[in-house]
Amino acid sequence: MREKILEILRCNARISHEQIATMLGMDPEEVTREIKAMEDEKVILKYNTLINWEKTDVNVVTAMIDVKVIPQRDVGFDEVAERIYRFPEVRSVSLMSGSYDLSVVVEGKTMKEVALFVAEKLATIEHVQSTMTHFVLKHYKQAGVIFEDKEEDRRQVVSP
Amino acid sequence: MSNFNAERFIVSKLRSIPPSGIRKFFDLVANTKGVISLGVGEPDFVTPWHIREACVYSLEKGYTMYTSNWGMPELRQAVAGYLEERYGLSYSPENQLVITVGASEAVDLALRAVVNDGDEVIVPEPCYVSYKPCAVMAGGKVVSIPTKPENDFQLTAEQLEAAITEKSKVLVLCYPNNPTGAIMNRDELSAIARVVEKHDLLVIADEIYSELTYNGQHTSFASLPGMKERTILINGFSKSFAMTGWRIGFAAGHPDLIGAMVKIHQYTILCTPVTAQMAALEALKNGLEHVYRMKEQYNQRRRLLIKRLNDMGLDCFEPKGAFYAFPSVKRTGLDAETFCEELLKEEKVAVVPGNAFGAGGEGHIRISYAASINQIEEAMERMERFVARRYRELQVRAQA
Ligand SMILES: Cc1ncc(COP(=O)(O)O)c(C=O)c1O
Repeated sequence: MREKILEILRCNARISHEQIATMLGMDPEEVTREIKAMEDEKVILKYNTLINWEKTDVNVVTAMIDVKVIPQRDVGFDEVAERIYRFPEVRSVSLMSGSYDLSVVVEGKTMKEVALFVAEKLATIEHVQSTMTHFVLKHYKQAGVIFEDKEEDRRQVVSP
Repeated sequence: MSNFNAERFIVSKLRSIPPSGIRKFFDLVANTKGVISLGVGEPDFVTPWHIREACVYSLEKGYTMYTSNWGMPELRQAVAGYLEERYGLSYSPENQLVITVGASEAVDLALRAVVNDGDEVIVPEPCYVSYKPCAVMAGGKVVSIPTKPENDFQLTAEQLEAAITEKSKVLVLCYPNNPTGAIMNRDELSAIARVVEKHDLLVIADEIYSELTYNGQHTSFASLPGMKERTILINGFSKSFAMTGWRIGFAAGHPDLIGAMVKIHQYTILCTPVTAQMAALEALKNGLEHVYRMKEQYNQRRRLLIKRLNDMGLDCFEPKGAFYAFPSVKRTGLDAETFCEELLKEEKVAVVPGNAFGAGGEGHIRISYAASINQIEEAMERMERFVARRYRELQVRAQA
């Protein structure tokens, strides 16, 4: 049941517990209890909103930065990652397999701001060997949502 | 002035078939703006991407030719495997399966292959709109059996028994049912099978909604003891894989019956489009996961819709299959058509009057839940307002 609740919430975090209960044939109190438990256990971390900033007057510049780390005794990736993810400019940090170690997403108001952040804050962190910055030019799809979906409902309005 | 009278050339059988009740309603809806339509008889999902992609790839590879009349051998093999795995049915891909242009063509082929002039074709109603016209065009005489809400819109053995004459030849079964959402389980179907056997009938089982069965597993009529040879099983990809526009389905059954159907098919259609066949092959190979995902979505919408209908005081038996609810609107004091027309006019919600699906459909409306949760919610808000107004009017009239 948890999986089904999560699947529904993932698509619509604002849906009421009653509605989830109806959709899954559950008791509303049970749904509330499950969701509360998942919040407590940090299975559910946060209810975010997916925003297309392009359609607002807010400037958002996003960069994805490949970070190589020099592994050293007593300093694992976790410590380096923490020094990075504590910065509020950093939206996400993941440990990667392959030719670099940490994938870091940084947001800022301008390219300059982001570039400066990388040069002054990120690249200078101890154990960071190198950074490679890629600026995002356009978002097509995020969190499973296509930004400009042209596949509208093309069905006949009534059919047998 | 020309003395040409086109009407005179049209066969009389065709003239005896009334225009589609759905068509009439379609025009009404199409001419209204801002409508939420729960009148659609096909999935709101588009075909899963990997299936579309496989079709595009096949075109790039040059799959643009005719195939075997029966359908591509690989596809028939895949269909045979699917029927075995899902419904425990074993058909030879060699001579017991034909790939058709939708379940629709299979229905037509089956009826044309087995109905002689004057043979009686028994059709439980309400049902999908094409059985009757196809049976009539095949020369048959349609004997309708109205199924009842108190029987959960199932055909009963007694009703079937009562409809039998010496001319009875074919029984059309469609469960899960369009428009009622009714299903029949193994025991219930077994009772029908006994009557079928006793009177030596042939069954055309349109199981196009078999994958959309909630709370339990679908029983294929052909899987009942002794019924496989007596059944022309019809199924397809339209509903389960959201592939309506591809126009592909299939029929399975006794080699002689399928052979007879192929005879018509090869001279009228030649073969099902190869593009659709390539897509269907991909669907069966890698698409079942999507079928289950879509089914879960339908099930959630179904529960929501039924609750909303019950909350607004409309009697609705629980539909356990397909993607339709079929509530009674008698409590509003309106007949089905008036209900649908006034609902459309006042609240811009489209649903289909039950009488468009034949006897026993009067007093009911078909609501399709092949629509998003938000659309269903909004449509139900509107319908609730509409129904409340009608209840109030009835009350005022009763007091006057
Ligand atoms: C019961 C039933 N049978 C057959 C069909 C037609 O299916 P196909 O698209 O495979 O021709 C439909 C479509 O609405 C249906 O509801």
